[in-house]
Amino acid sequence: MQLKSETVLEVKDLKTWFFTRRGTVKAVNGVDFALRKGECLCLVGESGCGKSVTALSILRLFDDPPGRIVGGQVTYKGTDLTTCPVPHLREIRGGDIAMVFQNAQSSLNPVFTIGDQIIEQVMVHERISRTKALDRARTLLEEMNIPQPGNALKMYPHQMSGGMKQRAMIAMSLSCSPQILIADEPTTSVDVTIRAQIVHILRELKLRRQMSIIFITHDLSLVNEIGDRAAVVYGGRVVEVAPVEDILKRPAHPYTVGLIDCLPDISSQAKRLPSIPGNTPNPLEMPSGCPFHPRCSKVMEICRTTVPAPVQIDADHAVSCHLFGHERGGGN
Amino acid sequence: MAGPMLEVNNLKKYYRITGGLMSRAVSQIRAVDGVSLTVDKGEVLGLVGESGCGKSTLGKAILRLEEPTAGDIKFNGTDVLGLDRRRLRELRGKMQIVFQDPDSSLDPRMTVGNSIAEALIVHGISDAAEVGDRVARLLEKVGLEADFGERYPHEFSGGQKQRIGIARALAMDPQLIIADEPVSALDVSVQAQILNLMMDIRDKDGLAYIFVSHDLSVVRYLSDRVAVMYLGKIVEMADKAEFFRNPLHPYTEALLSAIASLRPEGGERILLKGDVPSPLSPPSGCRFHTRCHRVMPVCSEIEPELKQVAPGHPVSCHLYT
Repeated sequence: MQLKSETVLEVKDLKTWFFTRRGTVKAVNGVDFALRKGECLCLVGESGCGKSVTALSILRLFDDPPGRIVGGQVTYKGTDLTTCPVPHLREIRGGDIAMVFQNAQSSLNPVFTIGDQIIEQVMVHERISRTKALDRARTLLEEMNIPQPGNALKMYPHQMSGGMKQRAMIAMSLSCSPQILIADEPTTSVDVTIRAQIVHILRELKLRRQMSIIFITHDLSLVNEIGDRAAVVYGGRVVEVAPVEDILKRPAHPYTVGLIDCLPDISSQAKRLPSIPGNTPNPLEMPSGCPFHPRCSKVMEICRTTVPAPVQIDADHAVSCHLFGHERGGGN
Repeated sequence: MAGPMLEVNNLKKYYRITGGLMSRAVSQIRAVDGVSLTVDKGEVLGLVGESGCGKSTLGKAILRLEEPTAGDIKFNGTDVLGLDRRRLRELRGKMQIVFQDPDSSLDPRMTVGNSIAEALIVHGISDAAEVGDRVARLLEKVGLEADFGERYPHEFSGGQKQRIGIARALAMDPQLIIADEPVSALDVSVQAQILNLMMDIRDKDGLAYIFVSHDLSVVRYLSDRVAVMYLGKIVEMADKAEFFRNPLHPYTEALLSAIASLRPEGGERILLKGDVPSPLSPPSGCRFHTRCHRVMPVCSEIEPELKQVAPGHPVSCHLYT
């Protein structure tokens, strides 16, 4: 870990709710985390846990209505992004904070070449000539290990393979040298060998550019590959946050423990996989108290009624679980 | 019993690409290009490969859901490709498939009980009481409650829907289930439940699986034998223990090395160059030579044959000839 360095982005008690005809979906319901300079923070969780909506909320990219940020702050360089005026936010989007989505296919415009799309992005944010922008686009594709970058600039998205499109997307997101890159499951739709290439690229970028990355994934083994710290998300809340090594070796929250146990690890010979009973909660009917309590093997009376507050169990390791509440007296 | 339960010999499935005024065949995709394999009773064969390698097409071609272009398939001694429609339908009761996406394989306007019952009725079980009884037993077998049969697919979670897909495949007491990425659309915590269920059913009923997956860690968990496919061909096949202890083909090496693992150590990574080439124009010689980290001059010229390098461990690579 880098010296416990400065915080570049702070998310505090963020709540993004969706007001639908069938009821209120509290997709993000009190998420807290801080992103440090030059680190890769992974948001880990299963589908519907709120990890993607958290990412979208940072740049207010969700549909409003039905979605609305009903509470909390996202602080970047002293500005609260949840309330700042849209023109200012637009400068930050793609400029200071860039985003890469899961499906490159649907994030690229099919009727423009890759080169044109990168140039457009650069010229929106900077006063710079087209030739200069084109040069930068070529350098970026080179940096992504795309063979014959000059050629690739002239290609349309449908002429590229899935892995190439995803790399072109990353190149585009980096075109204005962002401080923060938010990557939402960028490797989920590509093959393992391509995934290894992309992870390698992101790791190098982080080191070379001292960039901070928020990496969203459901895959704990990927967290081990790329993350410095990880925040485990369940039911719209962060339930545990710690350096990746601690999360994997000394998981504290029963959900984290279960999530690690049920991975079919390549090195294990176990006959039967442990699994977490039940299903991820329906976001329309979030359980009372701790959102994990209906599936938890260590459930206690208090879990049904009271939401646990985060407790520091180690210098850099916080857990929101009543099992750890009383030691510090802060959990209540 | 003499011989393996399923025997596939030199199976090919080509798709014609047509174009021009008269829809002439302008080229062809060799999705499956000469695959031979066997599955014994009660055995689990893991079939691994990246997208586009032909693993799903192979699964479907074995059931004749995709009509093979050439080759032959024997199931319990019966020549599958020679069967007429009626006999083929009978046979499909014994050879079933479970698909990746449980959403698109269940009819949203039919109760799941009826979806399962349909499988029974198609195979000639018409007595209403018996059908109802068997549907209830099938639902219980896959860990659901018997009265869930009256509900519609949208009332279930992804994991539950996959259980229903499995229940339907089990309707006619099959001997072989081809499972095409059955857990890759599911959340990790639910994935484990389904894998456990599949193993329980195998232990109880002694049925065999061809388990198609891109995920080697899942394959390791439940396979007895593993086969690796690349661009329509099997490049390596071995018993599970041998496969993971002694992977020989460079592509297998790379796949194993690309698996993100929870282990902290993990040695040097083999990073493959580029993408899987298009099956429309596979590379000359060994199809893997364009990405191989151990490529030799001969690889781009001569296609290696699948040869037994160790007992029960065929590999197609010039390194071992």
